[in-house]
Amino acid sequence: MEIAFYIVAAVAVLTTLRVVTHTHAVHALIYFIVSLLSVAILFYLLGAPFVAALEVIIYAGAIMVLFLFVIMMLNIGQEQVNQERAWTRPGVWAGPGLVAFVLLAVIGWVISEGQPARSETEFVGPAEVGVALFGPYLIAVQLAALLLLAGLVGASHLRRHERRTIMSEDNVQHETDETSTPGRGKGGTD
Amino acid sequence: MNPAIQSLLLIQGVLVGLLTLAGLLVWIERRLLALWQDRLGPNRCGPFGILIFVADGIKMITKEDWIPPGADKPVFILAPAIIVITALLSFTIIPLAPGIAILDLNIGILFFLALSSMGIYSTVLGGWASNNKYSLLGGLRMSAQMFSYEVFMGLSLMGVVILSGSLNLREIVEAQSGMWFVLPQFAGFLIFMVAGLAETHRLPFDMPEAESELIAGFHTEYSSMKFGMFFVGEYVGLTVISAIIVTLFFGGWQGPFLPPFVWFALKTLFFILFFILLRAALPRPRFDQLLAWGWKFILPLALLNLVVTGAIVLARAG
Repeated sequence: MEIAFYIVAAVAVLTTLRVVTHTHAVHALIYFIVSLLSVAILFYLLGAPFVAALEVIIYAGAIMVLFLFVIMMLNIGQEQVNQERAWTRPGVWAGPGLVAFVLLAVIGWVISEGQPARSETEFVGPAEVGVALFGPYLIAVQLAALLLLAGLVGASHLRRHERRTIMSEDNVQHETDETSTPGRGKGGTD
Repeated sequence: MNPAIQSLLLIQGVLVGLLTLAGLLVWIERRLLALWQDRLGPNRCGPFGILIFVADGIKMITKEDWIPPGADKPVFILAPAIIVITALLSFTIIPLAPGIAILDLNIGILFFLALSSMGIYSTVLGGWASNNKYSLLGGLRMSAQMFSYEVFMGLSLMGVVILSGSLNLREIVEAQSGMWFVLPQFAGFLIFMVAGLAETHRLPFDMPEAESELIAGFHTEYSSMKFGMFFVGEYVGLTVISAIIVTLFFGGWQGPFLPPFVWFALKTLFFILFFILLRAALPRPRFDQLLAWGWKFILPLALLNLVVTGAIVLARAG
């Protein structure tokens, strides 16, 4: 199992590097998806299958599709690739590279101090995750729910604002479209 | 027999079975549509025209495999492979009979949801990489349709999870020995079926390829066996959705008299035929209607179903 961990970890690191260095946005995004998938496999190997599945469903599945949705609309071609290449000259890497090197040095120092990471894993099933979320971490769950609700209300508010301006600027046709939709939907299921 | 050889044989059997079924479904679908639309359908090749899928296969393989000059070549080639891989992998967790499943995974339902969310990339990336505006529109529609319908695809299954207390498909089938979950979870079943239809983007929810609006949508530029792979992926996906419905809501392999696998196959075939009937019977909604209906009607219904199921289970537990 340990060899599997190192292979998957290497894939994760390499694909993440490609995400940063690739000049084509969609290709970088595909590398990002592979990177998230390999992180999910790492979770699975470390005994957390539930988190692994959620990683794939939420990050690699839902959020990356949203990213792709936006990037697809931008119509990225060779021009953007050249522009990106011009922006990411070797000199640009100096600052981030230095900071990352500090992190690498710190983790190397910590490992050499002889604090080995726990290699034995214990299996955590979905039920245990649920008990933990609604037991000791209940307040954190509630706070996250509040935050998400605020995000939802904010998105809804932005959408309303946009629709009102469209209606006042363009015509009333838009309004009739919007109002007829849910009514018809309900009619279809009765 | 050696368990490793046994599971290899099982994988081989499922693979051959699924791909043959996908081929046969081409013939079944065209014959049934013809029957319901008062036509003859393909009836020349072999008895009742059953060899049409062989003829189709030979035709597709011998066609020119063309990649448009403006296309993004690696992504263009990758896209059709994704849908076949994810659709075939989804089938591994389905229990075919007592003790017979390729994978007895304790997060089975989540595995299925994860793979179905990966399957979207096939159509979305295929639509983007073709460098064609109709394909791009198809891909955009697919991504919007998917992240709308995936939300309550997961939610609709949680009622089943609450009732059975497990995410493992084998345990869910065993929990249905007294009563099939379609009775207490009828709303969940309907929601899952609608979401499953949207997921496999079959008519009435085939907005990503809507031939009367978008030529052929995301696979406009695909030819030869790459196009064939999209087709195989679609039929395997249809089989997977039917098998998951049977497993979660209709007792899987459970049933009297007949052997378990026969029950499973019969029930799955029933739902495949039902989906084909839906295709013949229902018109395609407008795209914004589809999304609005999903968010404003089905999502609240799925949440209500979840809350009511949870409340009833808690109340009965005391």
